[in-house]
Amino acid sequence: MDCVVTGGNVKVLAKAIHSLSRIGDELYVEPQEDGLALRSVNSSRSAYACFLFAPLFFSRYHIPSGHAFHCKMAIKSVQAVFRSLASLEKTVEKCHIKLDEQKNRLTFTLHCKHGLLKTHNLSFQDSESLQAVFDKDSCANIFIAQPRLLVDTVMHFPPSLEEVTVSVSDERMWVRNHIDEEGEQSKAMLTELCLASDEFDHFAVQSHNSVTFCLKELRGLLVFAESTGLPISMYFDEPGSPVVLSVTDSVLDGSFVLATLSDDPSLHKNNSTRARTPPPPPPDDFMNDDIDSYLIAMDTSIAPNPSATGPPTPPLANSTCSKQPVAANHRTRLHSEEEEEEEEDEASDSDRPPNKKFCSLFFGSVLPPTSQMSTQPMTGQEVLASDSEDDT
Amino acid sequence: MPLSTQSQADDEQYVLVASLDNARNLSNILKAITFKDHAIFSATPNGLKVTVEDSKCLQANAFIQAEIFQEFTIRDDLVGFQVNLTVLLDCLNIFGGSTVPGVSTALRMCYKGYGYPLTLFLEEGGVVTVCKINTQEPEEPIDFEFCSTDVTNKVILLSESLKEAFSELDMTSEVLQITMSPSQPYFRLSTFGNSGNAHYDYPKDSDMMELFKCTKTQTNRYKMSLLKPSTKALALSCKVSVRTDSRGFLSLQYLVRNDDGQICFVEYYCCPDQEVEEE
Repeated sequence: MDCVVTGGNVKVLAKAIHSLSRIGDELYVEPQEDGLALRSVNSSRSAYACFLFAPLFFSRYHIPSGHAFHCKMAIKSVQAVFRSLASLEKTVEKCHIKLDEQKNRLTFTLHCKHGLLKTHNLSFQDSESLQAVFDKDSCANIFIAQPRLLVDTVMHFPPSLEEVTVSVSDERMWVRNHIDEEGEQSKAMLTELCLASDEFDHFAVQSHNSVTFCLKELRGLLVFAESTGLPISMYFDEPGSPVVLSVTDSVLDGSFVLATLSDDPSLHKNNSTRARTPPPPPPDDFMNDDIDSYLIAMDTSIAPNPSATGPPTPPLANSTCSKQPVAANHRTRLHSEEEEEEEEDEASDSDRPPNKKFCSLFFGSVLPPTSQMSTQPMTGQEVLASDSEDDT
Repeated sequence: MPLSTQSQADDEQYVLVASLDNARNLSNILKAITFKDHAIFSATPNGLKVTVEDSKCLQANAFIQAEIFQEFTIRDDLVGFQVNLTVLLDCLNIFGGSTVPGVSTALRMCYKGYGYPLTLFLEEGGVVTVCKINTQEPEEPIDFEFCSTDVTNKVILLSESLKEAFSELDMTSEVLQITMSPSQPYFRLSTFGNSGNAHYDYPKDSDMMELFKCTKTQTNRYKMSLLKPSTKALALSCKVSVRTDSRGFLSLQYLVRNDDGQICFVEYYCCPDQEVEEE
């Protein structure tokens, strides 16, 4: 691999890497015919992001012919190459990315002002290609917004907030903080914003649903979208199936796929009827009964689930996970790195650990998420913990 | 207390009296060498030299020439004492170290001699604070025997270009390797960290390079932890001179311009991180 990025594109590349660092600890570098793909997935596999830079993005783009090359590396070390984001535009004239297969080094050379040359030789590991399976075009709800709109919306939520819930009707979108059923409700504060459809560039709703997903990754994408000024498209279906956020222009394409909180079928019914009535009641009742009933529903949604209450003999690996998210993450990562497909099969016929939150649906090579989800919402590889491990 | 009359009357007894209209001119430059508590002060009629050392491998000197002071009276050829630098800096900033233009702390620093405390009179907006800092037995600073006639390689760079490199240095690397050479790569900073290595190359004809005088290719490693404090001096400075001698000892000289546009110098000496080659 031998590519050269010049001028303002260096900053775009750097911003993309920084927003990928919000997702996971590793950067998957995959030079392809159709461009350079940079991907990352979080340890619990509930969030995935990919940037594809078309060959035209580069002033030179050569990839190894004959065999496909994939590697992964610590994202921190790549971030270090582009550490001073603010001055990057002013100082860096050219960035040269070159692969030395003999030495197993990926070399980033920054040609800076005043002839300063910064060379970073980074070690990498071979890896399989990282691919998420998702079909954003089949999603029922599609929105396109300028980054500013979402930035201004997200700004109202505290940095410590992990998840937001997005509900939609034909005319409006509500964004509110998600309150964990385990959290102390007396201390919980609810923040909700209502966006009218005319604030969006495109607003198409087919199913009145609410989805809950992690905010951290969304913030990561927003940083990128804001600096490039690209509009953000958002696609989602129903609770439990992923929400896809994407930015596109002629030379790059970025997609963030985030798991949403899954619903029990009983709750789902409850939820969708609720959603069909004009969703959010006035704020004061909201605190009193709506959230309560919602939370109760969430609560009971765990109990009646046969697989959750079922025999406490899930495969050893999974059973140890539920109470120890850290260990669990570790396991998933180790286990699933190179064998997503295998794991997928294994996971789908194993029982899921009881207190799961997000379904990680994207690595399913088995069935398209939509059909699978509507009939058997609990299949698919389960996420073992929310991806908050590096929230500090 | 009638401070002014008292200090006037006492002036005779002091071996050293130094006054500054703006105490920041002293505190700023002292910050550039603050990495250990103990600072050795040596005053001569030429000015004040403050020395801080670490592990017998690193020495930093700040020079404040007599001209920087509005008053600099010394009754001996050499007056030496040692004080706790952190305490001294706290005293110099006792009014908060405001950076608002037009507001400055005036300083009068007096020392009676061996066994006496260092007395600081600080005044801002008509309020006077008197600080007395106990002095300690002055230690003998290490002589690094860095002789300018033995300098093998020397470059002078605008600090701006090094600041960026130092702020980005991979701190997982234990050492910073400096290569100076009359041919490629001329002047190179390298780190060897967890995730790989990194090199920063400065060509000799860069407009950041004010002087390039390298006679021989030299590659030396210096402990990152030792060099890290010098970043403070770099941040204040406008130019830096990097020199190595035949033993691989490193001298970093920083030219610092103070609030009033006057020039002071800060100097760091550092031992290389390997057995000293035969001299």
